[in-house]
Amino acid sequence: MLAESLALSALLFTIGVIGVLTRRNAIIIFMCVELMLNAVNLTFVAFSRYYGAAGQVFVVFVMTVAAAEAAVGLAIIISIFRHRQSLDLQNINLLKG
Amino acid sequence: MMLLQIAANAHPLTGSVAEWVWLLPILPFIGFLINGGISLFSAAHIGPDDPDMGHGNDSPPDTHSVSDAEEHGALGDDHDAVKPHRYAGIVSMVGPLVLAASFILAFMIFSAMRGVSMETPFIRNYFSWMPVGSLQIDAGIQLDQLSMLMVLVITGVGTLIHIFSVGYMKEDPGYPRYFAYLNLFVFFMLVLVLGANYPVLFVGWEGVGLCSYLLIGFWFSEKANADAGKKAFIVNRIGDFGFLIAMFLLFSNIGVLDFAGVKAAAPGLAFGGALVTAICLFMFLGCAGKSAQIPLYIWLPDAMAGPTPVSALIHAATMVTAGVYLVARSSFLFSLAPVASLVVALIGGLTALFAATIGLKQWDIKKVLAYSTVSQLGYMFVGVGVGAYTAGVFHLVTHAFFKALLFLGSGSVIYAMHAAYHHTGSHEDAQDMRNMGGLKKYMPTTWLLMWAATLAIAGIPPFAGFFSKDSILGATFERAGHSTLADASLLGIPGSTWLYLIYVFGVAAALLTAIYMTRMMIYTFHGPNRTGDQEQSHLHEAPWVMTGPLVVLGILSVFGGWLNLPETVPIGPIGSLDRWLDPVVGDATKRVAEAGSEMSKGASNELMLIVIAVAVAIAGMAIAFTRLKPQSLVKASESPEEEGFERVLAHKYYVDEAYDAVVVNPTYQISRNVLWRGIDAGLIDGLLVNGSSALVRGFGWVGSRIQSGAVGTYAWVLVVGVLAVLGAVTLR
Repeated sequence: MLAESLALSALLFTIGVIGVLTRRNAIIIFMCVELMLNAVNLTFVAFSRYYGAAGQVFVVFVMTVAAAEAAVGLAIIISIFRHRQSLDLQNINLLKG
Repeated sequence: MMLLQIAANAHPLTGSVAEWVWLLPILPFIGFLINGGISLFSAAHIGPDDPDMGHGNDSPPDTHSVSDAEEHGALGDDHDAVKPHRYAGIVSMVGPLVLAASFILAFMIFSAMRGVSMETPFIRNYFSWMPVGSLQIDAGIQLDQLSMLMVLVITGVGTLIHIFSVGYMKEDPGYPRYFAYLNLFVFFMLVLVLGANYPVLFVGWEGVGLCSYLLIGFWFSEKANADAGKKAFIVNRIGDFGFLIAMFLLFSNIGVLDFAGVKAAAPGLAFGGALVTAICLFMFLGCAGKSAQIPLYIWLPDAMAGPTPVSALIHAATMVTAGVYLVARSSFLFSLAPVASLVVALIGGLTALFAATIGLKQWDIKKVLAYSTVSQLGYMFVGVGVGAYTAGVFHLVTHAFFKALLFLGSGSVIYAMHAAYHHTGSHEDAQDMRNMGGLKKYMPTTWLLMWAATLAIAGIPPFAGFFSKDSILGATFERAGHSTLADASLLGIPGSTWLYLIYVFGVAAALLTAIYMTRMMIYTFHGPNRTGDQEQSHLHEAPWVMTGPLVVLGILSVFGGWLNLPETVPIGPIGSLDRWLDPVVGDATKRVAEAGSEMSKGASNELMLIVIAVAVAIAGMAIAFTRLKPQSLVKASESPEEEGFERVLAHKYYVDEAYDAVVVNPTYQISRNVLWRGIDAGLIDGLLVNGSSALVRGFGWVGSRIQSGAVGTYAWVLVVGVLAVLGAVTLR
């Protein structure tokens, strides 16, 4: 049972990573990040079956942080969109020297 | 009871005037401070009438230079424009007076020493100079018979030369500077002979080297003079390297460096062993530098670029004899090392002969005397080399008398010549003997006194040089028959053979000495005058302040031999100097002379040796008188160059050229191409300094390329990094 749970978690995480790396739309990248977080949550839950409830407590923490992050992240994305009329990360290159 | 014991153990000189021995060097040092202060003060406050203004090289009496010539153009023939220095009055008082005071004190101490019998030196340590672990060096003064003799010579001859300088240098714009250097020199020279240990001696040794450098380059505005000073300084450093090594060896093997301690420990060293031989040879390298012996003699002839009284004091009478003093002072070491002593004597003999041959063909009057000095120093080293330490020191003393006289006499001649040429604005060489001739008529006092010195150096009895030179040659012959040196062997040849060879060198050099000195006298004072018709009327004897010291030195040159008469010539007290120096060098002399196998009994017939020496000297003078034709000489500017071997001699065997090719230029090339361009500019500047900055800049450039600012790339790098870390952890 653990093996399957971990495999699913790994699959979800990998999809998330690939999404972050390959997609250009900020919203999709954001969702991929959420996907990665939840893949980790799944791992915590799976392990908590064997190692006690601490994993589940962590999941609650992660979801809280994810909610806060989602609020801030979406706010930033909206702000960027207002400035640039675009969510394509290729155009967001203010860090380039 | 306690008091009695202390009194019994105390040195006989305790509480006497000898307690003031520290004042001997301090007096000239005070003179240096005063004269140096005046020099600096007057240089900082140049008045409108000062001769210092405008041209630094106003009228050095014996340069005959381009700048001098240019000056004539600027000043016309107005020789009255040259004035004595503003403070010449004070300087003329201070300079010679401190020396005279020092001499009087030395004489008082000498009298006190004569009154007591002292077998051990009088040592006073004033403060601890270098207390470093087991190395304990005190600033100490050692007064014994040898250092007393040296002090008397230095202060006595020094005073005379200072007085002479008052006349000789009176028109020089650097007058206070000159006396400051001269006083400083005497200070260091006294430190050298009074030091109670090798390091203190070394301080004096280096100090006199410094003053020598400063005074050779006294007229430094001419490049040749400054170069001569540098040459002397650098050649001396080579020798000092050897002296330092000798001191290091002494310290690492004996652990003490004061003379008394080394003397006490010396018998513990293996007789003739590698250690003591190495110490002595390294020490002799120092002596060869300071005392101008082969192969380091080349600086002394060039040192004649300095003022003539400097040549007399530093480069004839005192500093250059420091090497002889050092060997005599270290006789307790050299007597243990027969091979090293043989080397000393051999180098001395070779130098005596070699320099004498060069002296045969020099035209510059000071160059003749310079090579003569090198040659006579060779004699002294033969003396101390064969273990006749008293004979070597005896020759040192008499040589100080007659060579100082010869140099001051030549100074007097140059002074007259220069004044004559200055009058007419001629640019002829005032030091070239081809421009002199017949000066006897114009300067009879100088002529007479210089003949006395010439007879002394040539070895005509009863003049001073005869006795000292004869005692060296006699000792050499005697040692060849019976001594530890004769038993030793050098390069596979027995010491006895070497010593006979050295004796032959000495006799040959004596012959040549008589020839070249007579030649110098004939060309300078006899025959027709070649100075020039206009100049002749301006030739005249030097003022009394210059001839006075000459007279005193003349008397000493004539009667100096009475210091140490041999038994075969009983015309006065016999062997005074032998007895005087016996507490210092007696043991060492006996160790050399009274050991070893008897090789040829009765071979040394002292009377026969004296006859040979006198015959050789007279023969030399006769050869010079019959062969030389002053009538056929022409002025220097019209003389053709010598041919054949004479040209080789006139060019000093091309030794300077050979050294340039073999030592100087390779050193220069290596310094320039390897050390400068290769190591300094290439390795250190190029690779290490600029290289490290280029490396950092390169890394910075690469880093700036990585920081693209594209967030996607960062994410990629992050992921790749995480994967790499995970891979490294899991696949390990």
